[in-house]
Amino acid sequence: MNTPAELKYMKSHECVKVEGANARCGITDYAQNELTDVVFVELPPVGKVVVASEQAAVIESVKTAVDVYTPVSGKIVEVNSELENDPGLINRDPYGQGWIFVVEMTKTDELDGLMPSDDYAKMIKNKA
Amino acid sequence: MHMKRTPLYDAHIKHNASIVNFNGWEMPIQYEGIIAEHNAVRQSVGIFDICHMGVIEITGKDALFFCQYIITNDVSKISDGKAIYSPVCNERGGTVDDVLLYRYNTEKFRFVVNAANIEKDYDWLSLQKGDYKVEIKNLSANLGILAVQGPNTMPLFDSLFGRAVQSLPYYGFVDIDIDNQPVQISRTGYTGEVGFELYFKREHARTYWDLLYDKGKKYGIKPIGLGARDTLRLEMAYSLYGHELTDNISPLQAGLAWTIAFNKDTFIGKEALLKEKEAGVTQKLIAFKMTDRSIPRAGNAIKNMGKKIGFVSSGTFSPSLRIGIGLGYVDSHYAVRNSQITIEARGRDSIAKIVKPPFYEKKVKQRRKD
Repeated sequence: MNTPAELKYMKSHECVKVEGANARCGITDYAQNELTDVVFVELPPVGKVVVASEQAAVIESVKTAVDVYTPVSGKIVEVNSELENDPGLINRDPYGQGWIFVVEMTKTDELDGLMPSDDYAKMIKNKA
Repeated sequence: MHMKRTPLYDAHIKHNASIVNFNGWEMPIQYEGIIAEHNAVRQSVGIFDICHMGVIEITGKDALFFCQYIITNDVSKISDGKAIYSPVCNERGGTVDDVLLYRYNTEKFRFVVNAANIEKDYDWLSLQKGDYKVEIKNLSANLGILAVQGPNTMPLFDSLFGRAVQSLPYYGFVDIDIDNQPVQISRTGYTGEVGFELYFKREHARTYWDLLYDKGKKYGIKPIGLGARDTLRLEMAYSLYGHELTDNISPLQAGLAWTIAFNKDTFIGKEALLKEKEAGVTQKLIAFKMTDRSIPRAGNAIKNMGKKIGFVSSGTFSPSLRIGIGLGYVDSHYAVRNSQITIEARGRDSIAKIVKPPFYEKKVKQRRKD
């Protein structure tokens, strides 16, 4: 499973790419494979204030439904509305076109509490 | 728990399968993806490893009478060389398992049973043996089973096995030779598509998988995991044991009255089922479609005017219809076609409509505007 080194990870399989003061959030390659085909994504409204580790989006796949937690606190400044037409982007390109929302961070030190890719890769390897 | 593997485990890994625990078996849930695999079966052809399923053989002078006593359906209605679908009931009318019963002759039959129920069924059959002159053998560890399903199955099988297979009637079966080894082929399946199931010595599983996969490439064959197996059967509203049928659910409740032969002298569960039929069932299986984008899941509450009237037994996203579909049990007087119900999923209510099964029907004619 692919776990890019430039990302930070949550135990619950969300990931963030830091872009200055913003965090671009999605789910990992491992998570999309476990979920099976994503068929619907419920996105948060732009402008919503979110708190780290709380639910920010919902993913429905063929097999199951899961909450997507935000790895960091702040304000939602962008959502991936492409997912409304093509939710399979999450399966095909989880770290690229399958991103879900962008948070303007209020507490950048929260990033230190997230896992680096090595640790996350180890964690999912132990699950398999 | 010690996990079991079918002889095709390595083939699944080679095809990049995601493996899950299915009733103690390490089985492929998906390879390429559930929707792609589902569509392959609807549009071309797919191959399924079902070696985890069980086969129990009944032989002996009383085999026909014994089988008639065990199943609710009437195996005297079919000729040798055909199979029949039937529930197996307990004395209370609950369902021990739902099976295919293959009839070779009046002294030889084989039950094909759900993976989770192999031991339970074997014990149940042994318990019922009494004075019947039969021998009961669990062949599950010796046999392998593959299913090949989808519209391109016919040209594929025609190219491999010729006329003998092509002229098989629905639910008919025949023995053919592959490299001097007997392989039983039946025109059966769990997808709603044309297809066959193959039974053979377990050690040949990989040889036949590779043969069918290689020859099937030109017809667009794909390996199909349990994920798509479930969406395919659910679009046809076929029951799955453990969901629509359990020890406490009768085939009458499950809409399987057509599989109960009340005209037979005796069979296990007859009295209880007769009583239930006369009194009317208290709960009934319904098929429903969501009217918004939500997807029902097994265990969700079914409500009417805010009151709980039942539960979802199976639910999924339908790859063919592109909406949420489900089966569920409701108090009988709510089981009215075209009426609205509410499904509570993840703390939210969504409207669904009760519909006539199946959800999916092959469009043979030109697609109409509807």
